[in-house]
Amino acid sequence: MSDLDTFRAETRAWLEENCPAEMRKPVVSEKDVVWGGRDQSRMTPPQKTWLDRMAARGWTVPDWPEDYGGGGLSPAETKVLREEMTRIGARNPLNSFGISMLGPALLKYGNEAQKLEHLPKIARGDIRWCQGYSEPNAGSDLASLATSAEDAGDHFLVNGQKVWTSYADQADWIFCLVRTDRATKQGGISFVLFDMASPGVSTKPILLISGYSPFCETFFDDVKVPKANLVGELNKGWDVAKYLLGHEREMISGMGLSGGGNALIEGALATVGVDADGRLADPLLRAQIALYEVRATAFAAQSERFIDELKAGRAHPAQPSMMKYYGTELNKARHELAMAAGGSDAIEWESERSSGGRAARAWLRTKANSIEGGTSEIQLNIVAKRILELPG
Amino acid sequence: MPLFLNDEQTMLRETARDFVSENAPIAHLRRLRDTHDGTGFDRGLWRQFAELGFTGILIGEESGGLGLGHVEAGVVLEEIGRNLSPSPFLTTAVAAVAALEGSPQAERWYPGILAGETVAALAIDEGAKHRSGVAMRAERAGNGFRLTGAKQFVTHGHVADLLIVAVRTAGSTEDAEGVTLFVVPADAAGLTSTPERLADTSIAARLTFEGVELDGDAVLGEVDGGRAPLERLLHAGRVGASAELLGVGGGAMDMTTDYLRQRKQFGVAIGTFQALQHRAAHLYAEMEVARAAVLKAQQLLDAGADQADGAVSLAKAMSGLATTLSVQEGVQMHGGIGMTDEYDIGLFMKRARVLAEMFGDANFHADRLARGRGY
Ligand SMILES: Cc1cc2nc3c(=O)[nH]c(=O)nc-3n(C[C@H](O)[C@H](O)[C@H](O)COP(=O)(O)OP(=O)(O)OC[C@H]3O[C@@H](n4cnc5c(N)ncnc54)[C@H](O)[C@@H]3O)c2cc1C
Repeated sequence: MSDLDTFRAETRAWLEENCPAEMRKPVVSEKDVVWGGRDQSRMTPPQKTWLDRMAARGWTVPDWPEDYGGGGLSPAETKVLREEMTRIGARNPLNSFGISMLGPALLKYGNEAQKLEHLPKIARGDIRWCQGYSEPNAGSDLASLATSAEDAGDHFLVNGQKVWTSYADQADWIFCLVRTDRATKQGGISFVLFDMASPGVSTKPILLISGYSPFCETFFDDVKVPKANLVGELNKGWDVAKYLLGHEREMISGMGLSGGGNALIEGALATVGVDADGRLADPLLRAQIALYEVRATAFAAQSERFIDELKAGRAHPAQPSMMKYYGTELNKARHELAMAAGGSDAIEWESERSSGGRAARAWLRTKANSIEGGTSEIQLNIVAKRILELPG
Repeated sequence: MPLFLNDEQTMLRETARDFVSENAPIAHLRRLRDTHDGTGFDRGLWRQFAELGFTGILIGEESGGLGLGHVEAGVVLEEIGRNLSPSPFLTTAVAAVAALEGSPQAERWYPGILAGETVAALAIDEGAKHRSGVAMRAERAGNGFRLTGAKQFVTHGHVADLLIVAVRTAGSTEDAEGVTLFVVPADAAGLTSTPERLADTSIAARLTFEGVELDGDAVLGEVDGGRAPLERLLHAGRVGASAELLGVGGGAMDMTTDYLRQRKQFGVAIGTFQALQHRAAHLYAEMEVARAAVLKAQQLLDAGADQADGAVSLAKAMSGLATTLSVQEGVQMHGGIGMTDEYDIGLFMKRARVLAEMFGDANFHADRLARGRGY
């Protein structure tokens, strides 16, 4: 047996023994997703057990170095772990902007003290992070942001407003882009970290068309941020910001894969029924679903290829933009089809049998996929310029 | 196995790329077309393919081949696609080799294929659209069989040395069992072949079998049990056509993005226009997704995995969709020049149309996948 086979056998046995049965059921609602954070009362006992056991092995972040709370696994081992988790339907023990966005940026740009301070807490889910990038007048044109950080000796004084800060009201810390020099656009931005409990930070929820409101306007009024919390160099935060965005896009592209299983098809079979040949009785819907499935399954192969290339250092740095674009457009298409398949049942908004309008709300929520993390148009701009090297 | 080419496969790609682009670039296709060549490809080039070992990629080392797999065959096919090179490689060195594998006929035909002397053609389709059913019949006659019926879209059928023909020996059209594969020599009595030139200048034959008599040893595999070799043939042919489609789609895309960088209107390169940038970027995404689907299918087929069948249909459907988009956008973004015969982009469109139809189009394979998933 090769080392990898041994690793697989051990991993399989460990997962069998340690993954609670409740954590092998599909995620159906927001409550099933674990975000960690200071307020651990949001977790159910099995969620907590699963998180603690995985974190103890460093397997919430399997490929991070062990010194920073990771599992120290090779790319091949990480892939095996992922496959073995999928095999038993194990849930992600921890969802976190710390893992998918800030962590990689700290690993690359953070100093040793920052890594030792923040990474292990991210790995254990002790601290929940939010992302302070967008502002009312800086969305797609992110570098035009105005929130300022003034040098006040041993600390910065931060003033301004962010918008669309996902989960700001539940987050413990924020990674935030601030302006430290007004003379240049990209060259005057810095990347700072601070505690959301700092005096002067306040949040106000934004209600979405889906009825969800985990998004906030975030206000900073003379917030004191210690200088030790500056990541990378002063005025060089744009590099950190872009690197982190690549990881955000990578994470969001995974949405194109969330359609696993037969839910869409089963839903259509239930409402539309079958014809004499046993096929979905609405031939146009059937054709649309079939062609959607071709793209979605092919995209799953592309995601696997993308990860393999990434781990081997072969992926073009702008490739996450392509993945984000394709994955989010697919996810929207899947929800459009699910609504068509569900018919009038799917548009019920508050009824018990629709679980409070789950289908309709999820459908509406997906419309943000091609906006958050940079719009589809922006991703296409990036692919055109950086990969296809088109002029202008 | 990671989903990218390993070092040896990358080296093979470089060899194939250099060879095909030097010896059979698009100008080669034009020359065959403009001289009204009746063969449809260049036999000298086919022998050179053999000298490089390409014709033996899928033939085991014990039989004198290279003993490689569908990933490697696909590497060569992609370069064939990119250069629009007319070649019997797909039908002969890929699909026929896969069908013959492990049979007594392999000993008879592999040496000629390895030498670049033998050309095989596949007589599978009976109507204008590829179907899984087989209607053409064979009756038992003495020690052998008598074949009656017709096949069409038989690429190289008019010059092939051997024809692999799917025929019904029992049951009815849609039955899985009761199909037998026959290896029919080109000069069999009662066989008529009518070559027809296709839009892409390749030549495919309509074949008529009027009581063609064959010995029992013309049977490839088992009598009534031809599905196994037929499936090997179709898997190899489908995944191979997908790889060639990637070459065609990728070639058209590269031509188009080059043009976007060079062509000036309103005083600027047209590639600065966002409407075109976005369409080019979308096209790139579709091609990348197709590329992953094809590589996945090739790897699964080489591993003999159960999921290979679905993966192959997926590859054919996705490469068909992406390449169709690529050639359509290609002609449109070239503007008027894209409509001229002198310019190459239209040739990509014609080749894509033929390959998209071969072994089942995207709709056929999407339907097949849907049935597999119970709807
Ligand atoms: C649900 C949700 C969650 C979010 N979470 C966060 C978060 O946690 N943290 C955070 O910082 N931000 C977050 N965002 C903000 C998100 O990143 C921005 O909304 C996004 O970048 C778009 O900016 P905008 O909304 O200002 O739109 P605008 O930039 O005003 O765009 C409007 C339209 O113009 C198009 N457009 C703009 N510029 C161009 C161009 N150059 N070429 C072509 N088209 C263009 C856009 O594509 C879009 O269609 C979130 C957004 C949403 C909807």
